[in-house]
Amino acid sequence: MDLIADHISHRFGALEVLDDVSFTVRAGEVVAIVGPSGCGKSTLLSILGGLLQPSSGRAEWRGAPPPDSRNPLTFVFQDFALLPWCTVAENVEFPLLHAGLSESERRAVVDDALRRTSLSEFRGAYPKQLSGGMRQRVGIARALAVRPAILLMDEPLSALDSQTRELLMEDFVGLLADGAMGAVYVTHNLEEAVRIADRIVVLSRRPGRIREVVAIPLTRSERGDIRAREQLLALQSELWSLIREQAVEAEREVQHA
Amino acid sequence: MLDRAGDQAASPPGDIDTEARPVSFRGAGFAPKAGRYSGWIALVLVMGLWQLAGSAGWVNPLFLPPPSAIGLAIWKLAMSGALWNHVSASVVRIGAGWILGTVAGVAVGFAIGLSSLARGVGITFISALFPIPKIALLPLLILWLGIGEEPKIATIALGVFFSTAISVYSGVDAVPRNLIRMAQSFGVPFASIVRRVIWPGALPSILAGFRITASVALLLVVSAEMIGAEFGIGAFVLQAGNLMQTDQLLAGVVMLSLFGLAVGKMINLLETRLLHWR
Repeated sequence: MDLIADHISHRFGALEVLDDVSFTVRAGEVVAIVGPSGCGKSTLLSILGGLLQPSSGRAEWRGAPPPDSRNPLTFVFQDFALLPWCTVAENVEFPLLHAGLSESERRAVVDDALRRTSLSEFRGAYPKQLSGGMRQRVGIARALAVRPAILLMDEPLSALDSQTRELLMEDFVGLLADGAMGAVYVTHNLEEAVRIADRIVVLSRRPGRIREVVAIPLTRSERGDIRAREQLLALQSELWSLIREQAVEAEREVQHA
Repeated sequence: MLDRAGDQAASPPGDIDTEARPVSFRGAGFAPKAGRYSGWIALVLVMGLWQLAGSAGWVNPLFLPPPSAIGLAIWKLAMSGALWNHVSASVVRIGAGWILGTVAGVAVGFAIGLSSLARGVGITFISALFPIPKIALLPLLILWLGIGEEPKIATIALGVFFSTAISVYSGVDAVPRNLIRMAQSFGVPFASIVRRVIWPGALPSILAGFRITASVALLLVVSAEMIGAEFGIGAFVLQAGNLMQTDQLLAGVVMLSLFGLAVGKMINLLETRLLHWR
């Protein structure tokens, strides 16, 4: 299943946030969206996932989602968005309650998602009892439970400390390794972008326009190699040079606001 | 291999001629904690002093009867059955008024929290009517509903309704938007979002509202009973005052206090059971 941004523009009142953004996420592909603060990255993701109606243009999908997918476009949120009154297992089960599954089928799906995210022994815990990293694992387990075709990840690691980020990034790379799921990965962290993406869409400062689309010339499994790291670092600094000037401007704008 | 700093990192600074001074602690205070027994001890002390003042004749028992006299009055009232008559009359009125007001308040509060139309209309009316002391409407309600239980129950229901509606829609407004968006992103239907996300999310505010409406109901039942009732704690307190039976008057006040405490405990229990996730 492909996900297509078709000439998407958006404004909040007088504020123009996105201007004529078009690109395609092909089946199984991971596309990162990067850009300076306030360039409309998260707005674009909300539009792609159907949570926001664009002022013009549209988000569309082409091709069939996997037959067992219960929610082809599934979000993983920056702030995890877990129901604090539900246990880990109940949170993962939440989107399945309306999927027409029997209790035993739901239980099997939940068990599988918890196992894949190493959460099986925490199924009865409440979100407040978990660390940030574990909470985001619950968010990922919940997403996996509905078997998405494309994960829409809105800065999924930015609320976490650097060590937890590293661990979860390894998990993401593992989950996306077989190409069964694609992802749109919104981040301000260029290191994450070059680590996980097949292509990186660089947006300009507000209103966000596509400035460049950069393909990463390495498979994700090759990127752990020491020589590949140098190449990725070079790519990262290239991306930074694209963004830096506008990031400085964006920061000044925020300070003057 | 990692280059380790060894013991040097932990060694004292080189300039040993300068005297080292401890960093003074300045983080004390601003964390009050109630002692486990201090409240009870203070209560016993105050009651003891009160009893002593009465027994020693420092105060006229007509104006402030000692705790023993109040206890005795409660005992006599309980034995004669009058206590039950008055308490049960008040409890029935509070119960009926509170339930009516709460059911209507929850329904209207949710409507205001979820629908633009209901919000536009509802908030205007609530803002206009909420500040009216509801007891002022009792004479009108007597005209409408006749003399009897109905106007008293309706007064309590009105008082409870407004506070409940406000706490419910404030609670619905306070449900984190990201949870609603999350549910929408999984295609969860509207009714289910209300039941599984908004209702539990608003529950802390709704239960906090119950605490307020319980005291509103108590206040209104006493006022309404003082205006016109044969039985009920409010009527009893007023009669006792008219007859200068201050021990009985205070016995009624103690019953009101116990009733308030019991309701507070029940709400605590509800909070512990329903909000254990907090």
